[in-house]
This record gives sequence, structure tokens and C-alpha cells, in this order.
Amino acid sequence: MPDTTQAGVAVTADAAVLIDHAAGIEAQDVHAWFDRLHVLRGVFMTIAPRRVTAIIGPSGCGKSTFLRCLNRMHELVPGARSSGRVLMDGDDIYAPGVDPVQVRRRVGMVFQKPNPFPTMSIYDNAAAGLRLAGERDRRVLDETVERSLRAAALWDEVKDRLGRPGTSLSGGQQQRLCIARALAVSPEVLLMDEPASALDPAATLRIEELARELARQLTIVIVTHNMQQAARVSDVTGFILDGELVEVGTTDQIFTRPRDRRTEDYITGRFG
Amino acid sequence: MSRSYLRRRWTDRLVAGVTFLCAVAVLTPLFLILFFLARTGVGALNLDFFTHLPGAAGEPGGGMANAIAGTLLLVGLAALLGVPVGVLGGTFLAEYPTSRLAGVVRLLADVMNGVPSIVMGLFAYTILVLPLRHFSAAAGGLALGIMLIPTVMRTTEEIVRLVPQSVREASLALGIPQWRTLLRVVLPTAAGGIVAGIMVGLARIAGETAPLLFTALGNRFWNWDPLQPIAALPLQIFAYAVSPFEDWHRQAWAGALVLVSLVLGINIATRAAAARQVKLR
Repeated sequence: MPDTTQAGVAVTADAAVLIDHAAGIEAQDVHAWFDRLHVLRGVFMTIAPRRVTAIIGPSGCGKSTFLRCLNRMHELVPGARSSGRVLMDGDDIYAPGVDPVQVRRRVGMVFQKPNPFPTMSIYDNAAAGLRLAGERDRRVLDETVERSLRAAALWDEVKDRLGRPGTSLSGGQQQRLCIARALAVSPEVLLMDEPASALDPAATLRIEELARELARQLTIVIVTHNMQQAARVSDVTGFILDGELVEVGTTDQIFTRPRDRRTEDYITGRFG
Repeated sequence: MSRSYLRRRWTDRLVAGVTFLCAVAVLTPLFLILFFLARTGVGALNLDFFTHLPGAAGEPGGGMANAIAGTLLLVGLAALLGVPVGVLGGTFLAEYPTSRLAGVVRLLADVMNGVPSIVMGLFAYTILVLPLRHFSAAAGGLALGIMLIPTVMRTTEEIVRLVPQSVREASLALGIPQWRTLLRVVLPTAAGGIVAGIMVGLARIAGETAPLLFTALGNRFWNWDPLQPIAALPLQIFAYAVSPFEDWHRQAWAGALVLVSLVLGINIATRAAAARQVKLR
């Protein structure tokens, strides 16, 4: 785990202003389907606030689907279905009458491939969430853009070219811009779906450090197929195999004393 | 060198040669048309042609100013109908590709694309000219607008479909509702291509004659009232070309040259803009 650097302190301060509350999540018997394909088979998992929780598992095990069930993105895929309860601070986000749009406002998401809006500048990307939610006040926008870019450790690199297209940045910078975009709407949870798998090692490290820093304010769930990454970045690790949560525990325990044989096989590289 | 290598090389050259000749064969008529138009039309082109009304029958001089303006107005009226319906319809097709309605709409659009243009004119004649009891620019615009819909709709569909799913997801995951995502994120991302599709569609209908014959009718004078008959370049060219007067024949050539230049210009400009946009990405 990286030490708190000077930059790290600044990041935390800015994130602290943006994020006023971090939510805990409780997944209860979550199932998910793509048409007839049963990809999640009853996952129970508690995700603590202000921690980094990593979800590991081989390709196609359902870990990304589980993540997308936590902000109701899964149901957007044609033919996708889910069941079970996901409690955020005790309230089921799948309860009847709950608006998925409101859920997604509280739960931010960063994707595998950096996906800044291609028609928007760096500034507009960071401001997009607020603007599209109706915020017009230039002062509020300026302040939030700067704060979220600082919180995503990107401000110093882009402050002189906020008007340039978001897509003009490097891959790692684009991914941090996406994190800034998510932070700008003050989420309570940040989901990261293999956020570094398209990045080079240096950029990967920066994202990991950032995740650690942000976890002081925010609940972070990170899906990764990179076990070293999970070991470096997370407090708690869950291992999913064939749609079932095999084991969950502190990262230290999972990687040194796994209780389940399958976990041990996976982390020692016997499959996956 | 082995024999099989030589044979392959000659086959390669032969095929390349044949495809080149075919390309030339396709382009030749276009260049011949442009050449003849330029040679015969340029003589009758002068300032009067762009600024004056047609002269009295048989009298030399006069121009097609009202027809040029009329064509622009008709194309504008057509865009008023065809662009919103086409863009929104195309967006619907792209965003809900599996719905049953989308299948029907797509089929109908393809059928409409194949309907002879004079039938579009008949349609506008039936629903606007007959009830109002006179020919009008609005009826011409309606006929052209309907012709515009399928072109704009299908290009919009293709372009909107090219917008990466990841861009949509980025927006939805920010808690932005679907309709806003569509209007503020997806459509702007596709805007360049959609505009290109619209321009090509407009260039196509600008040269249509048949749908205007019994809708816009033609007019020897200025008219800006959508409910009155209006002049149009293709109509004027047709009227002059079948007239007995030598001067009008030359003016018809000039009109054709202007029309073709307009269409060609729009197409080239659109392509250049599209190419630049691709480079920017």
C-alpha cells in the first residue's frame, strides 16, 4: 500500500468536499441472467463503506455482471434480468418504485476502456454529470470541475488545456478524467470495472493509488482479473467462480490463507 | 523465377487492369455530362441569369433568379419536414433495433426509397393541391420532404448505430436518463455523420423534377408565399428545353449547369467536411 504522499493529501481534501457520504452495500441472493444464461447464482456479500473491495475471478465468471447489478446497469442489456436484493445503507435499490436513474446518481462507475464523451472538452466531460442534471451556475460548475479533477489527480496535468477534447489525453489520463466525471456528481459508491486493464503499468499504478486515496472518503468496489492488483489495492477481496461467490475475506487472508480449495487454486495460478 | 509466380503476377495485373477499366467506364458518363454542360451552359451564364426574372416568350435575355430562389425555398420546406422526421425516425431505428415497429418502419423506408418520384408528386397533389384547389410551393415541399425521409432516416440509423455502446453507458452510469443521454450525448456524437446524410439527401431532392410538375407547378415571377405556385430550377430547365426558342435552350443548359454544380458542390463539401472530422478523431 502506498504511503500518503503530498499529492495524496490534496486529493483526499478535494474528495472530502465532493463526497459527503459513503454508503455500505449489502447484496442478498443476487441472481442475474442473460436471456437463458444464468450468470450469477445467488451472491451474498457485504461491502463496507470507505474500503476498497476487490472482486476477482476468471474471465466470464460473472464478476462484472455482479458489479453492474450494484448500480442497475445490468438491466440495460437487452435480454438481461436479475433478482435478489441490493441494500444501500439498508434500502433495497431494486424495491418497486425506486428509479434506476437515481440509483446511478448515487453509484458512480468507471469502465474497462476509458470512455470520455468524444464530442466534449476536458472541462465539459468533468461537468457533464452536473450539467445534464440541470446545473447552470457557472461558478458551481467551475468549482466542481476543478475539485473533481484534483480529486482524480488530473488537475495539474490539464488545467491549462481544459478546452481541449477529452479524447486528446493519454489513456491513463482519460481514465482519470472518467473518474473525475464520476466524482463530480458526489457519488456514495464508486464501481470500477477493470479500470486499468487497457493501461500501461505506470498509468495502472496511478489509478491504483488513486483508488486507495479515494477510499478514505468513498466506498470502492473494483473488479479485476489481475490478482496482484487486487492484493495491492484492496482491503477486502471476494472470489467469484462460475457465478458463485466462493470466498470473501480480508485481502491479506484471501491471498495468504484462503479457506477454500478453489480460491487457493486460482490465486496460485492453477487455472484462470 | 518460378512459373507459378509469373502466372500469379500476370493474373494480378490483369485483374487490376480490368477493375481500373470498369472504374473509368463508370466515371466517363459523369465527366462527359459535366463537360457538355460546361461547354454549352457557360455561354448563357452571366449576371443577368442570377439576378433577373425570365424574359417574355421568345425574347432574348432574362434569367432564372426566381427559379434558383424557388429551388432553395422548396428544399428548405422539404428539410422542415424530412429532417426532423428522418433524424428522429432513424434514431428510433438505431436505439430500438429489435422492436417489431422498427422492422416495419425499416421495410417501409426501403419501399419508399424505391417509389418513383412522380408518385410522391401525385400524393402531394392529392392531399394538398386538390383540397386547396391550387398548386403551391408547400405541395412541392411536401413531395420533396417525403422523398427526403427515407434517405435521412437510414443514414441517421447507420451513424447512430456507430456511436459506441461505451459512450451511452458512460452517460447512463452518471445517472442521466435515457432520453437525455440520447439527445445530449448520442446525437451530438453522431451529428457530423447525420449532417452529412442530410446534405446528400438535400442535394438529391434539389434536382428532382417529376414531383414538382403538378405540385409547385412553376412560376414566371417571384413568389415567397408557400401557398402559391413557385418556380424551381428543374421545372424551368424542362420548360425552356422543350420551348422552340434558341435563347431559352441555351438558358436551359445554363440552368442545368447551375443545378449540377449546386448538387456536386454540396456533395464535395460534405465529403471534405466528413474527411476532416475523421482526421480530428
